[in-house]
Amino acid sequence: MNAEAVERAVQRIAHEVLERARAQGAVEGLALVGIRRGGIPLAERLRAEIGKATGVTPPLGTLDIALYRDDLSHRGVAPVVGPTDVRFRLEGRTIVLADDVLYTGRTIRAALDELVDFGRPRRVWLAVLVDRGGRELPIAADFSGVRFDVPEGDDVQVRWRENGAAEDSVVVREGRKP
Amino acid sequence: MIGRHRHLIGLEGFSREEILQVLDLATSMKEVLSRPVKKVPSLRGKNVVNLFFETSTRTRSSFEIAAKVLSADSLNWTSAQSSTTKGETLLDTAKNLEAMRPDVLVVRHSASGAPNFLARNVSCAVVSAGDGAHEHPSQGLLDCFTLRERFGSLEGRTVAIVGDISHSRVARSDLHSLPKLGVKVRLCGPPTMIPQGIEQLGATVHHDLKAAVEGVDAVVMLRIQHERIGDPLIPNTREYSKFWGLNAKKAAEWLKPDAVILHPGPINRGVELSSDVADGPRSVILDQVQNGVAVRMAILYLLAGGAGEDRAEKVSA
Repeated sequence: MNAEAVERAVQRIAHEVLERARAQGAVEGLALVGIRRGGIPLAERLRAEIGKATGVTPPLGTLDIALYRDDLSHRGVAPVVGPTDVRFRLEGRTIVLADDVLYTGRTIRAALDELVDFGRPRRVWLAVLVDRGGRELPIAADFSGVRFDVPEGDDVQVRWRENGAAEDSVVVREGRKP
Repeated sequence: MIGRHRHLIGLEGFSREEILQVLDLATSMKEVLSRPVKKVPSLRGKNVVNLFFETSTRTRSSFEIAAKVLSADSLNWTSAQSSTTKGETLLDTAKNLEAMRPDVLVVRHSASGAPNFLARNVSCAVVSAGDGAHEHPSQGLLDCFTLRERFGSLEGRTVAIVGDISHSRVARSDLHSLPKLGVKVRLCGPPTMIPQGIEQLGATVHHDLKAAVEGVDAVVMLRIQHERIGDPLIPNTREYSKFWGLNAKKAAEWLKPDAVILHPGPINRGVELSSDVADGPRSVILDQVQNGVAVRMAILYLLAGGAGEDRAEKVSA
């Protein structure tokens, strides 16, 4: 996916989020939460799009799920823990949880666990730029930019301008076969 | 693992990067303590045993809270109510506790070297919570953390450590950490309480409090460790207080306006610190206590979570 395709996908997700929010009367209580690091640019852009369309910019939070991982004791070294920053009350809100790639679902499981420790949102929707299949948990995206099946072992990389890329892109790299 | 280390016995062998690894992680851990639900599941199913052969309220509670916030189970074992009083040796006690399969053993002992001895004889990670007059590494790290939080970078800062340097494990851990972060350390106290040759650790020695604290960014005040001192090293506490104690008047006249005061606790009010300084605006003593939990969370997370070699191999296989 090139920069233009990424941009179109983000706009479509924003449109779909708003459509569903309007249908369910959830526009006012919308808030975005990005999962570090790849989910944050998506959350920021969705927030800007929604702000443009409604005139009200919803609050934005970030989650670092390192402390909620279920594979800590399987890894040789402890992962780097970044900041988590959720400064608004979750009660009654509709949270759009944003991540770049949806794969096994374990990150989302951890993010949901972390999110509910901050409060009890009215509902949580999941928005991802790429759904690559390969789920290991019963988790599905409410909104996804593109969907394609990527074989296990291959690597889907979303490169955002915000994280230092020259321009937005999504590339699939062939990995070592398991 | 903290860098190359499976245990935390002292900061002497720690590099600047290894110290920063703990401090950076502690910053994230501190955020957890400000959440509505102060609990994360990272160390669920891990056991932390607090093995205290010396009395302690602050350090033991701090390790206990740190373990609980990370969802580890913690067990407190204090020597007063234990079989040590029935004649059990340190090694036997440790072997028995090891049989209960803890992941981390937090040890405080009046004998310098006790945690190191245990680390060589048990299979779990060992964290020293202070041993004799050797080191108190988690305190050294939390002092670094508190100062870094206050000043941003520590490069080029000056810190004075005042009091009984000879018997202070805090002073030793500070001396093995602060200079690695770019801090110049001055030591100050009565000549009887400053070990000969301590300059070799990269500090300057002063016997005049005014000269020692002039222009410094922070002062670490130490308590006279009556419990560790056999013969009296000072005539009396009143004289000590007069020459080496800090009160509001001296602080106002001698210290830079933004200099802060640290103390590892417990404070002997009226001896090394007057109450108006201990409770005054320069004091970061309670910040130290709060930061202590965050720093100990980082230590436990790295040593209990980061897995042993056997587990790492299993994944790569």
